[in-house]
Amino acid sequence: MANANQPTFPSKPNVKLSNPTAQKLHLKLDYDQLTNCMRCGFCLPACPTFRETGLEQESPRGRIALMKAVVDGIMEPDQPFQDQMSHCLGCRACEPACPADVKYGQLIEQARDAIEEHAEHSIPVNGLRKVLLKEMFPHQGRMKWLGRSLAFYQKSGLRKVAKGTGMMRLFPKHLREMEQILPSATGKGVVERMGTVYPAKGEAIARVALFRGCIMDVLFADTNVNTVKLLSEAGFEVVIPDEQVCCGALHAHSGELDSAKALARTNLSVFKEAGVDYIVSNAGGCGALLVEYDHLLHEDNEYHSLAKWFAPRVMDISKLLIDHGRLPAFADSSASTEDPITITYQDSCHLRNVMKSASAPRQLMRQVANVQFVEMKEADRCCGSAGIYNVTQPKMAGEILEHKMEHANRTDARYLLSSNPGCLLQMKLGVAKHGDSSRMEVMHIVDFLYERLLETK
Amino acid sequence: MLEQVIVQQLRRIVGIQNFRDDRESLVVHSYDGTPMLQSLPDGVIYPESTQQVSDIMKVLAAHRIPVVSRGSGSNLCGGTVPIQGGVVMVMHRMNTILEVDQENLTATVQPGIITAEFISHIESIGLFYPPDPSSMRISTIGGNIAECSGGLRGLKYGTTKDYVIGLEAVLANGDIMRTGGKLMKDVAGYDLTKLLVGSEGTLAIITEATLKLIPPPKSKKTMLAMYKDLYGAARTVSRIIESKIIPATLEFMDNPTIRVVDDFAKLGLPRDMEAILLIEQDGDSEAVERDMERIQEICKLEMADLVEIAESREEAEKLLTARRSAFTALARLRPTTILEDATVPRSKIAEMVLRINEIARKYNVMIATFGHAGDGNLHPTAATDARNLDEVHRVEQAFEEIFEAAIELGGTITGEHGVGMVKAPYLEWKIGKPGIAMMRGIKHAFDPHNLLNPGKIFAKETRKRVVITRG
Repeated sequence: MANANQPTFPSKPNVKLSNPTAQKLHLKLDYDQLTNCMRCGFCLPACPTFRETGLEQESPRGRIALMKAVVDGIMEPDQPFQDQMSHCLGCRACEPACPADVKYGQLIEQARDAIEEHAEHSIPVNGLRKVLLKEMFPHQGRMKWLGRSLAFYQKSGLRKVAKGTGMMRLFPKHLREMEQILPSATGKGVVERMGTVYPAKGEAIARVALFRGCIMDVLFADTNVNTVKLLSEAGFEVVIPDEQVCCGALHAHSGELDSAKALARTNLSVFKEAGVDYIVSNAGGCGALLVEYDHLLHEDNEYHSLAKWFAPRVMDISKLLIDHGRLPAFADSSASTEDPITITYQDSCHLRNVMKSASAPRQLMRQVANVQFVEMKEADRCCGSAGIYNVTQPKMAGEILEHKMEHANRTDARYLLSSNPGCLLQMKLGVAKHGDSSRMEVMHIVDFLYERLLETK
Repeated sequence: MLEQVIVQQLRRIVGIQNFRDDRESLVVHSYDGTPMLQSLPDGVIYPESTQQVSDIMKVLAAHRIPVVSRGSGSNLCGGTVPIQGGVVMVMHRMNTILEVDQENLTATVQPGIITAEFISHIESIGLFYPPDPSSMRISTIGGNIAECSGGLRGLKYGTTKDYVIGLEAVLANGDIMRTGGKLMKDVAGYDLTKLLVGSEGTLAIITEATLKLIPPPKSKKTMLAMYKDLYGAARTVSRIIESKIIPATLEFMDNPTIRVVDDFAKLGLPRDMEAILLIEQDGDSEAVERDMERIQEICKLEMADLVEIAESREEAEKLLTARRSAFTALARLRPTTILEDATVPRSKIAEMVLRINEIARKYNVMIATFGHAGDGNLHPTAATDARNLDEVHRVEQAFEEIFEAAIELGGTITGEHGVGMVKAPYLEWKIGKPGIAMMRGIKHAFDPHNLLNPGKIFAKETRKRVVITRG
């Protein structure tokens, strides 16, 4: 193979680009990855936005062609181009479908990062982005404050006042709908409730650190508590470093790569300090960025080796339980072998496509006695939540969710389980809008399992 | 750029949203699955009915605007690259299964339906549609008809042309023509149905197809045989056929492919083997057992070093992994993957593979060969980098010699991918001057103003490879 290892040709096209965003894209996009796409089209059927619209530009192949066209100087990164880059859900279902192993997730983040430097968002979107990404998620203290405020709002009657006065009507419809299905928030996270170390039941198999997640710890703090207890039951000593911060996933997906990197560096130091064998995540969206910290910081001389230590130690709770845990027995006491309850599962895209954990949660669900697991059609397809996509792209997210719920309703499941807070909220919204909340309950897989632990509670 | 008057006429037919000429739409319809080709159209149109296609053609014909009809754009011959601009007509919205006729065992479909979705529907009602191109998860039936797609089951069950028995197509002037029907016998004049199959969008726009279905085989068995001697593998193929056994699958991988697949999939394949054959038989279980035993004997007689028969579906899946990984493994080797489909009479396979390896060495390029041994349809696949112009040039020279070798051995330049732009300069090598003249005559009869997918099949000059470097 001639020249396989020492390229003697320019790796990027030598074109003069006058548009500053085009220059940024030229600088930031990995041209090797753009070239690796051989345009076979195998990604098209895996892509939710292509399936929804049937339009090539709404597909991974199309988006990569657009990025390449900008770098090649064939087109300007105009507003439709930038809009198209935000249409992508970032579910990364195209990656397992790609024969050439194109790192699409990295490309879309690079594109968004380049666009973000010159972006002009509409005022409400900009305000929301700024508040959430810069002022809230990175600061666990503020997240707790948010949790307390939200809890106060939900419990104090203020929510009723807001609804009664019609104040909620000031918000767009999709935000009002989301507000209604938000679970009870709390300012008391997992550390406040359990401390920073929780012993293993019996002899410890390993010492693991819980990645608590910023949204998880405010909206799903009970799930975090149950995660720790379940890990303990399965033989793990759990530590919960209180200095840990947001994983940075929402930042990375929105083109705020520098913020994401800063958060990653903090987390790396904190978890190294904790001296653990694994870092456990119960949110696919967080876990997927944690396992890619090594890529995120690949140009960071100081932190890259630490990131390489960290990334392979990150594991989703389901996979850790299946691969290394002493599995306790689970059963549903309200049902029987003859008359089991039915459950179904919505994959977290990032858990499935990036952390590659599709089978572990299913193995766990199949182990619960008196429970029948029914696979939902297209469970591997994005539900439309996709980080803050359902907030920024409500129309597409709504259409995807409607199709998702057709499949979910067909399972007639009593419980619909998932493994990521965004998916849980979106599916709750789906059941509220297109299903029957009295017959189908949306739940984190950990909560479902913990409530069905036999004997030991 | 199309004149605004024409744009308005087109939008009146399909609605504003279904004709697009923004830069974004043009860029993403400037390529297909073929490496290194790119050319922007002037507009993209998405019709939803035969009548709309007819109305569109009337407008385009009146203004002499070229049109490239396409499905998902996954072909490998540059067949849907709009090399002369004009309008790209995407058939995705016409994607309905109009009817499955269980009495006549036929299905009538619109061209935009995805092949795999059609097949899965047909299988769900207990019937069988055999053509299975590797791109079937995204390719459309219309695209399969335009290219006459093959697949792994070609040897026993034939290819797309053997299953298309009726068509509705819109001609260049907008007239709607119907050919064939739900008929197993029909000799009313020239066989226009078969003529349109494989015509690569150059004769008419297919708007509906009636397909033949068959009952599915009852059982299936899978076997893998490995050879240190390439000729042993080749003789095995010939002898199986000589023994009057037609396997459902008879796939081949050469030594460079075996090495690449082993590196990629870590299957622990013996790297000193010169060839692997993957053999499947289907049918009534007794017949399958009998055939597989006989095939196993032949493999041993021809000095196979290892023969494995799968006892369960899981084991079969394992045996299939190596062959299924071939394309993926090669695609990951280097940025650009060029997949060709030179085809020879099956008795010449060993010779052809050796010639390919020799040619690859001569030009110092990486070419691995796998493919459908049973029908002599090989896929010499080059792993290269489009940015390395010197190497790409050598790859092109190598393929030119490979086409030459195939024809010398009584074969053809393309078995199932089509001529398109990529093979146009070599078509005359295969069919000669009279062949080209006759095909041009047919083209002229259908499309006197050369509006339907112009620049395909017929090259301006023979033997000079067309490569547009912009992509």
